[in-house]
Amino acid sequence: MPPVTLTRRNFLKLGAAAAALASGACSRPREPIVPYAHQPEGELPGVPRFYATAACFVGAAEGMLVESNTGRPTKVEGNTAHPGSLGATSVHGQASVLGLWDPERSKAPRRRGLPATRGALERDIADALARFRDSGGEGLRLLVRDASSPTLLRQLDRLVKRFPRVRVHRWDPLHRDRGREGARLAFGRPLEPLYRLEEAGAILSLDSRFLDDHPYRLNYARQFARARTPRDGQMCRLYALESAPSLVGAMADHRFAMSVPAIEGWLSGKNATYDTIFKDLRQNRGVILAGEALSPQAHALVHRLNAQLGAPVSYIEPPREETQPLADLVEAMRKGAVGLLVILEGNPAYDAPLDLDFGAALAQVPLSVHLSLYEDETSARCTWHVPSTHFMEHWSDARAFDGTAAIVQPLIAPLYDGVSPHELLLLLTGEGKGGYDLVRETWRDTDWDGALRTGVIQDSAFPASPVTPRVSPGSIPSQQQGWQVRFVADEALLDGRFANNAWLQELPRADSKLTWDNAALLSPASAKELGVANGDLVDIAIGERRLRAPAWVTPAQADASVTLPLGYGRSRAGAIGNGVGFDANPLRTRAEPWNAGGARVTKAPGRHEFATTQNHARMEGRDLARHVDLTHMDSFRKERPRNSLYPGWPYDGYRWAMSIDLNACIGCNACTIACQAENNIPTVGKDQVIAGREMHWIRVDRYYEDHRTLFQPVPCMHCENAPCEYVCPVEASVHDSEGLNVQVYNRCVGTRFCSQNCPYKVRRFNFFDHTPKDESLKAQMNPEVTVRMRGVMEKCTYCVQRITRARIEAEKQGRRISDGEVITACQAACPTNAIMFGDLSDEKSEINRAKRSPLQYDLLAELNTRPRTSYAARIVNRNPELKDG
Amino acid sequence: MADVAAPLRRWSYGSVSDKIADIVLARPTHWLWFAAFGAASLGTVAFVGAIGWLFVRGIGIWGVNIPTAWGFAIANFVWWIGIGHAGTFISAILLLLRQRWRTSINRFAEAMTLFAAGIAGIFPILHLGRPWFFYWLVPYPNVMELWPQWRSALVWDIFAISTYLIVSLLFWYVGLVPDLATLRDRAASRAKRIVYGLLALGWRGEARHWARFETVYLLLAGLATPLVVSVHSVVSLDFAIDIVPGYHSTVFPPYFVAGALFSGFAMVLTLAIPLRHFFRLHDFITDRHLENAAKVLLACGWVVAYGYFIETFTAFYSGDEFEIAMVKDRLLGFYGPVYWTVLACNVIAPQILWWRPARRSAWALFAVSLVVNLGMWLERVMIVVQSMHHDFLPSAWGNFIPTVWDWITFFGSIGFFAFLFLLFVRALPTISIFEMRELVMEEKKP
Amino acid sequence: MSVYGIMAEFTGAEQLLAAARSARAAGYGDIEAYSPFPIEGLAEATGFRRNWVAAIVLAGGLAGGIGGYFMQWYSAALSYPINSGGKPPHSWPEFIPVTFELTVLVAAIAGVAGMLALNGLPRLYHPVFNVREFDLASRNRFFLCLRHADAEAAREFLGGLSPLGVWDVPA
Repeated sequence: MPPVTLTRRNFLKLGAAAAALASGACSRPREPIVPYAHQPEGELPGVPRFYATAACFVGAAEGMLVESNTGRPTKVEGNTAHPGSLGATSVHGQASVLGLWDPERSKAPRRRGLPATRGALERDIADALARFRDSGGEGLRLLVRDASSPTLLRQLDRLVKRFPRVRVHRWDPLHRDRGREGARLAFGRPLEPLYRLEEAGAILSLDSRFLDDHPYRLNYARQFARARTPRDGQMCRLYALESAPSLVGAMADHRFAMSVPAIEGWLSGKNATYDTIFKDLRQNRGVILAGEALSPQAHALVHRLNAQLGAPVSYIEPPREETQPLADLVEAMRKGAVGLLVILEGNPAYDAPLDLDFGAALAQVPLSVHLSLYEDETSARCTWHVPSTHFMEHWSDARAFDGTAAIVQPLIAPLYDGVSPHELLLLLTGEGKGGYDLVRETWRDTDWDGALRTGVIQDSAFPASPVTPRVSPGSIPSQQQGWQVRFVADEALLDGRFANNAWLQELPRADSKLTWDNAALLSPASAKELGVANGDLVDIAIGERRLRAPAWVTPAQADASVTLPLGYGRSRAGAIGNGVGFDANPLRTRAEPWNAGGARVTKAPGRHEFATTQNHARMEGRDLARHVDLTHMDSFRKERPRNSLYPGWPYDGYRWAMSIDLNACIGCNACTIACQAENNIPTVGKDQVIAGREMHWIRVDRYYEDHRTLFQPVPCMHCENAPCEYVCPVEASVHDSEGLNVQVYNRCVGTRFCSQNCPYKVRRFNFFDHTPKDESLKAQMNPEVTVRMRGVMEKCTYCVQRITRARIEAEKQGRRISDGEVITACQAACPTNAIMFGDLSDEKSEINRAKRSPLQYDLLAELNTRPRTSYAARIVNRNPELKDG
Repeated sequence: MADVAAPLRRWSYGSVSDKIADIVLARPTHWLWFAAFGAASLGTVAFVGAIGWLFVRGIGIWGVNIPTAWGFAIANFVWWIGIGHAGTFISAILLLLRQRWRTSINRFAEAMTLFAAGIAGIFPILHLGRPWFFYWLVPYPNVMELWPQWRSALVWDIFAISTYLIVSLLFWYVGLVPDLATLRDRAASRAKRIVYGLLALGWRGEARHWARFETVYLLLAGLATPLVVSVHSVVSLDFAIDIVPGYHSTVFPPYFVAGALFSGFAMVLTLAIPLRHFFRLHDFITDRHLENAAKVLLACGWVVAYGYFIETFTAFYSGDEFEIAMVKDRLLGFYGPVYWTVLACNVIAPQILWWRPARRSAWALFAVSLVVNLGMWLERVMIVVQSMHHDFLPSAWGNFIPTVWDWITFFGSIGFFAFLFLLFVRALPTISIFEMRELVMEEKKP
Repeated sequence: MSVYGIMAEFTGAEQLLAAARSARAAGYGDIEAYSPFPIEGLAEATGFRRNWVAAIVLAGGLAGGIGGYFMQWYSAALSYPINSGGKPPHSWPEFIPVTFELTVLVAAIAGVAGMLALNGLPRLYHPVFNVREFDLASRNRFFLCLRHADAEAAREFLGGLSPLGVWDVPA
């Protein structure tokens, strides 16, 4: 995290934060919370406890177990029982714990920018409500980002009962309205398709980002990985037509970079590729997934095609939402018809469509209240800003994409003077209860303790409706041709809500490996045509709207189109997020939320410096991230370990090892950020990334090879003949008796010889002092992992603290550590189970099974370093009848 | 080589002693010395300041990163230690080979060695992430019973450098003792008599003392000879025992030693030519001396050129894809201009020395010596940095860009070297007086 | 007044050498010759027989080499064996550089220390410095000092060698 300069203002802020921490930190919520079932009962210092909870990042809940060390939430793990997690976590889930401890979170209510008391807020609201009582709530408006919480829905119902004329609006910049509209066209109801990818023999993705930012991404990733495991020489085949680089495209056997109009044109027109692919889909139980950028008509057509294919998809019906669109609200605001506007989370002043001019309309509202974690762009324009509690601080509930509900359980009493959305709503509904009582009341018929223990409410998923799509959904409207501008949620910051999260800012984006920036993505051909290279500025204009942004060239981008990730260019995100990247929202309109045609893109003077963690994209003919054709798997060439002059070192006990399945890895970066959270890995800031000093212990290498994108996670290889060890002059890099290459921080003097001699360059050095100085950030630190000082080398330890914890448990019981008992942080987070870890001395272990795979290989085996970490090659399943893509 | 000492026929024991001792004792200080000393002091202050800031902020003020975790500090270390080779080479090996022309240049060449090796020794410590723990590389009793890791080339380095430094210091000091006695006996002020007297250890030139002195001087020369060869061989092992292409090479020890002598002799010329000019030492440091040094320079240049050639050849001959890629990158990559500058400086420029008038022209030699100094420094940077920036995994490739602190530290170290050398020429005899007297005696013999 | 010895001053190395030889031939047992540079054969002419310096250097070298190797073997193989890169604890090829360096280092230090000790140095005061002209012993003059001899006879003997002068060296 870049150092916060200590001005007087900051000093006062920090002092206030420290005081707040001293008084309120690390105490339990007042209400009884129930630990995760598999943890031992009783409080033991030094023994972390896990609590099940859930959070929504991309429109549906991701279940999680949060690790708490003596009352401090420090780490997020997935919840196996939760369908939105299946044990995995997203990068956002992992990073959310840093958000909890962010010292720049809003700490106290403000009225017109000045500190104010909660009492004053309550009076203001009460006064306004008194005026509405007679009119039945005319002029009372609510704006929510997400209305999937059952308790929130219940509260809204209650509010409507109290004020029949209240209006609730919804604005989520990452909304899925087009898909819903498509379903309405096809079925007459806003159904959601629930794909059973596991059963699919072939998948056609039409700009669908089902691995990237789909509400069910973790579940789909797991299913996809299963479908991609060859059985009897058969494996699911993935075709991807995509308008912006995505994980889906990177995993595809055939990828076509096409603009949105081109994809829609392809779908309606007939051509040879279409015929070949559809033949395959028909023969192999294929399924088609459509992305949000496609028109509702295209979605409807896809539903019909899936029905024709007999695709493995079912349709679920979420509860009817009584919310109205943002446009109606803005209309009313402008007319002066809104007397009290309560905004529950979200940042519409920053991310509302440009043509609505939300900010100007907001000025017309006499009393506006904004609840948010940070004092952001919207807070600054509202009468009241109310600090929100983090989801780890409040009671709530949330639904997974399939409808399965989970209780959002707090782990810690609110650090600051914040309230939850439910508690703020209480001011409107007039009930005298707390958040806990509200949620408890919602689920009064369920096994409460059981729901908290397992993290899910049993049998709460939406039932599938047997439906048949209409035959004629209407023709796809033709879109404006010419240069296309594609808006996507940034994979790390999403809509910008994580802009002040240093882990996510510094997380290398999957395709570009950019950190601390978004970029206007261009295809190589388009870049050549425009005469721009990486970092050159381009002007993008759609009609009167224009934007200047730095370009980044990627082969995954379609020609004559530019992708603009959202979520950047924040002005009131905090010291970390302010002024990072450019804001793409000024080009985004209500009608064209995801793709706009008819743009003009021209080269502009000037350059921008990007911070990328990977400067070279090609493998230069080296056999690094290997892939093999499904039909030629027998011919996979393996390097045999070579002889050594020295006898091998004897290992009597455990022999830890890792295997990474490149066929399963989707490059989502969850491992990188999970490792960062687990191992107290600092962020270093943009200038240090440019200098080449990022600290991630496991990086995901990305190569462009043979027209495809290959991902390769690279942690420490834990070589048995480790080149880093024999060059260390002080025995700081040594081998332990179980084969771990360990780094003794206390002993390290920082010669960096080990890094020089590491052929994998996985070692990371503390060029500066990166230890957290802020008391709040210190609280996030994992107490089982040393915080490294300046001048010390560090690297992946195979999560030695987890091995030790398991060993202590096993030794207490007088047994060996059993297979699967040690799960590394990267392994736990991985949505596709690509990472396997275990003991080689146990013949029956999963790791031995993985290592016996004919596709196993060692990276740079010719150096005879004998790595304990090995890889399984990626399998490519091309359609022999299809030459393109 | 009789004519090297021929001008000495004009000199007597007394006059030669007075001439050299008076540079220190009597000659008024020239304003140029003050100017140079002022500049060198500024450089020293910059050097110390840069080190101070380094200790406060950390190694990150330099341009080093992952993959190129070694930068200027290591290149400077190798360069300075290379310069430190010529002194001992001249003193020890030429003594054993009975090259009489060494006599007039060995003293200041040894001083150059000491200062260069001393400065070289600073850099590995500065280079550490936690320099205050540098002593962990040395074996000493401790309650943890921890020892250095003997397989590390850096530990070999510590031993090689400190041995070289100590043996060179002993060699230099033992040779200085009779001259310090001369200064003691000739000094006018009591303070100088006390200081030189203490340093002279009470030397009185007794015949038995001379006999033991000569034995130990010869034996030190014998010990220093393998040491000269070993030091840069060991330094080269810092690279050669690695597995990284561009480092991992069996040609490194001889290639580094030749490069060391090359840069060392260049530095000897860089120092000898102004020294001779300003202190009018033309009778002691003759054109013939310069010509001999030029010949050594030319010969070392060819060995270095052979090293460049064989490295490139071996890479392609081995067929190893990583070696080949490294060489291609060296020639044509980001640091390609450095490589071609190195070739121009170290291979092309010295070829002018085939031409006799160039060998005998002080200015031409001075120019060539500066070019070679620059070329050898760039070569060290190239080896240290360029090999690392494109190693095995293209995903980890990255460039090292020196920061302003890298440059200040480098130029500051040159300033510090000049500072020490300028003090030396004013405080100690720059030419061995007793050996000059011996030469005078030999010249006077029929 | 007791006398350290009787000293004569000469202008050249040859004269000193000849004087030393004749003094020895004349039966003077304790002769000291001082010269501004080493003169071949002078020490022998004054009766110098055994030069122990070479033996000390050899002993130092052996001690350094054996001790150095032992230190590495003891620490790496016996006292605290550590798995470093999968190499055996006693990886002798990699112990050679340090062994070599320590051989040279200890030999050199022993040689210089031995030389100084055998020469009785450092010794800042010595009776010969009391002779005013002895200053020139480090410049261009050569001195012969006869010790433990009958002062009168020695003066006479030295005076016969055509010196620049003859002095008593006070003790």
